Amino acid sequence: MDITVNILLTIATAATPLLIAAIGELVVERSGVLNLGVEGMMIMGAVGGFGAGYLTGSPWIGLLAAIIVGALFSLLFAVMTLSLATNQVATGLSLTLLGLGLSGMIGTTFVGQPGVRLPNLDIPGISSIPVVGKLIFGQDPVFYISIALTAAVMWFLFRTRTGLTLRSIGDSHTSAHALGIKVIRYRYLAVIFGGACAGLAGGHLSLVYTPQWVENMSAGRGWIALALVVFASWRPWRVLAGAYIFGAVWIGQLHAQAFGIPVPSQFLSSLPYLATIVVLVLISRNKRLTMMNTPASLGQPFVPDR
Amino acid sequence: MGGTVSANHDRSNLLEVRGLTKIFGTLTACDHIDLNIAKGEIHALLGENGAGKSTLVKMLFGSLEPNSGEIFWDGRAVKITSPGVAKKLGIGMVFQHFSLFEALTAAENIALSLNDGSPISTIAAKARALSFSYGLPLDPDSLVGDLSVGERQRIEIIRCLLQTPQLIILDEPTSVLTPQEADKLFETLERLRSEGKSILYISHRLEEVKRICDRATVLRHGKVVGHCNPREETAASLARMMVGSEVKAVVRAPAEGIETAPALLEIRGLSRKPATPFAIPLKNINLKVRVGEVIGIAGVAGNGQGEFFESISGEVLQQDAGSVRIRGKDAGGLSITGRRLMGAAFVPEERLGHGAAPRMKLSENLLLSRHATDGKAFVGSGGMVRNGAVYSAAQRIIKAMDVRKSAPDPEAAALSGGNLQKFIVGRELDRKPSVMVVNQPTWGVDAGAAAHIRQALIELARSGSAVLVISQDLDELFELSDGIAVMHNGELSTPLPIAEATFEKIGLLMGGAEPGHAEHSLEVA
Repeated sequence: MDITVNILLTIATAATPLLIAAIGELVVERSGVLNLGVEGMMIMGAVGGFGAGYLTGSPWIGLLAAIIVGALFSLLFAVMTLSLATNQVATGLSLTLLGLGLSGMIGTTFVGQPGVRLPNLDIPGISSIPVVGKLIFGQDPVFYISIALTAAVMWFLFRTRTGLTLRSIGDSHTSAHALGIKVIRYRYLAVIFGGACAGLAGGHLSLVYTPQWVENMSAGRGWIALALVVFASWRPWRVLAGAYIFGAVWIGQLHAQAFGIPVPSQFLSSLPYLATIVVLVLISRNKRLTMMNTPASLGQPFVPDR
Repeated sequence: MGGTVSANHDRSNLLEVRGLTKIFGTLTACDHIDLNIAKGEIHALLGENGAGKSTLVKMLFGSLEPNSGEIFWDGRAVKITSPGVAKKLGIGMVFQHFSLFEALTAAENIALSLNDGSPISTIAAKARALSFSYGLPLDPDSLVGDLSVGERQRIEIIRCLLQTPQLIILDEPTSVLTPQEADKLFETLERLRSEGKSILYISHRLEEVKRICDRATVLRHGKVVGHCNPREETAASLARMMVGSEVKAVVRAPAEGIETAPALLEIRGLSRKPATPFAIPLKNINLKVRVGEVIGIAGVAGNGQGEFFESISGEVLQQDAGSVRIRGKDAGGLSITGRRLMGAAFVPEERLGHGAAPRMKLSENLLLSRHATDGKAFVGSGGMVRNGAVYSAAQRIIKAMDVRKSAPDPEAAALSGGNLQKFIVGRELDRKPSVMVVNQPTWGVDAGAAAHIRQALIELARSGSAVLVISQDLDELFELSDGIAVMHNGELSTPLPIAEATFEKIGLLMGGAEPGHAEHSLEVA
């Protein structure tokens, strides 16, 4: 029984950073901007979070720093692509490369240092209830943030006027501009929100998942988050499903390898990617729905004519 | 000037424009424009493509910033710095393109332009009520991507009316409507005028301007060239003001013995499933185009014309090879090049990016489309391109079609729309194809160039080819065709011989009346 609970807990821990980064990127892409710099913003968040936590001794300050660093780093992308109308793909890729290099440089002094870890939520009496107590009430704080964030983004996008405006910009920035909507301002805010989310996801890695600093510790999670958004056809609840499928198969294959199942380990390692893609392809077979949710102006630079 | 220009001294001007100028780089799109719009009038803004009409109204709606000039609203000097400011003043706009969101519902589209924060359901109810009171029924919950162009325009109009504007700007509103839908629109406009609202009506269709507008301002090359009362003018005199010279009328000699001539292009039971969720399926289309004849395909945009063209040209292959036959042979399984080699030629709707590669020279564009059919002339031994031959062929086409350009062999993107279209049509005509299929031959082309292209198509047919023209412009089809068929919702009616075709009959078919029952439904209407 305990093993099952532990496995479920580790799945949640593995899925949380993917979910947060992907939800942030979903909002960015819904506004019509493609930011391929998720990996870079995430690793910057990780190193910033670790550094602030290490220096102050407070994991909470570390988490806050991770968010701020991610947001500031995305601001660089926003200025380039929105104000200067550079190519979003090229700018996003260079953001990732810059983030990986810069974080490695900043982090040289942190390598091998003991980090601080965010404590798990612990409500006396309730958290000790078997299974349910631990699963629902005994996880790390970022887990709760990730679930609340997903719900909030769903509500924002589909229930509020501001969310409708954001979606309309993603559908057609020229139409939105013609109606007098401030396209660039909305996109700035969306990109910064995405950066803050990626930073938070990075902070989760270096303050919860493995509370230490290792170069390249994001290990491609930013790319997985990006893929999740596309395969989830830009719908928040599918991002949630995708992140947890990935987390489950990831943990599952680790256990399978530990038990020595006679399957090549390379195949097992690739399973999470394959499984996530297969499941999300299956649930996005409805072309019409996919079409409706795909931001039509995704990746196109917008220069208002004045 | 001011009051002395206005025909009505008792009505003050709702909007006055003085010396409005907009410069894009080296082009002066609007050059010291003066315009007065009185309260309760329908004012026409006339001009050819590129005369500066759209630029002017974009400045009035705040989407463009003028370089100089003044705007007075109700006698007060105003600066319209954004569409929001225009809306607050009471200016509403019904756009020609680009202002609806396809992935959103009608109600959501309307909500986006009303900044009052009321719930979508309230807005939907209001829109529904208003749409019925104006006789423009609308389902607020439908997805815009699923709607016809006419229905989309209703959303735009309702959206505009919900803001209770004093001045409504309509940019080419009837270019996408059937004649009957246009009638409905005119009723709405007259009702709005009787409610004291002003309307600025932009169009290049002279008959409707004569019918509903009280005054007209004519633009040419960015300048105001005249004011007039359109009711006192003839369509020909208005055209002369717009173009600045006489437009040569297209001559169509009656075709003889067409009924017995062999068909060069034959479509038999052509069907196609929709490629995307918003696309139109083609349903069992049958058509014959014979030696010496021009067949026109009418229809409101988005009823499957694009899908039909792709199927004939070979951009999309058919499963049944016999569903497209060129010169008596099955061509349904052949690619574009295969069909070209059989003697067919195609001109797609989009000039830049589809009909021509924008950053390539005209001669290179010529080689791109004709390297296979004219392989012997253009490509030498070992696959080397004979640049000299290609260049002189390009010059021959430029001369034949009177293409005006700034350099001997300019890039396609450097030409104006009309001149590029002349080159693209000329490129195909130069081959003397036995089957010619053209989609929107003169869309956005000035009157002189349009007449030239139409005349060339008629002459090609009379010299023994079969010509198929798909167009949204009914005037054009009546000028060109020996028979007109109508495409509606992916189905094609039987062609009506031109002698029997009238605007009313074609209009009913465009609106979806059952083919073959046009006479009957005419009586009902």
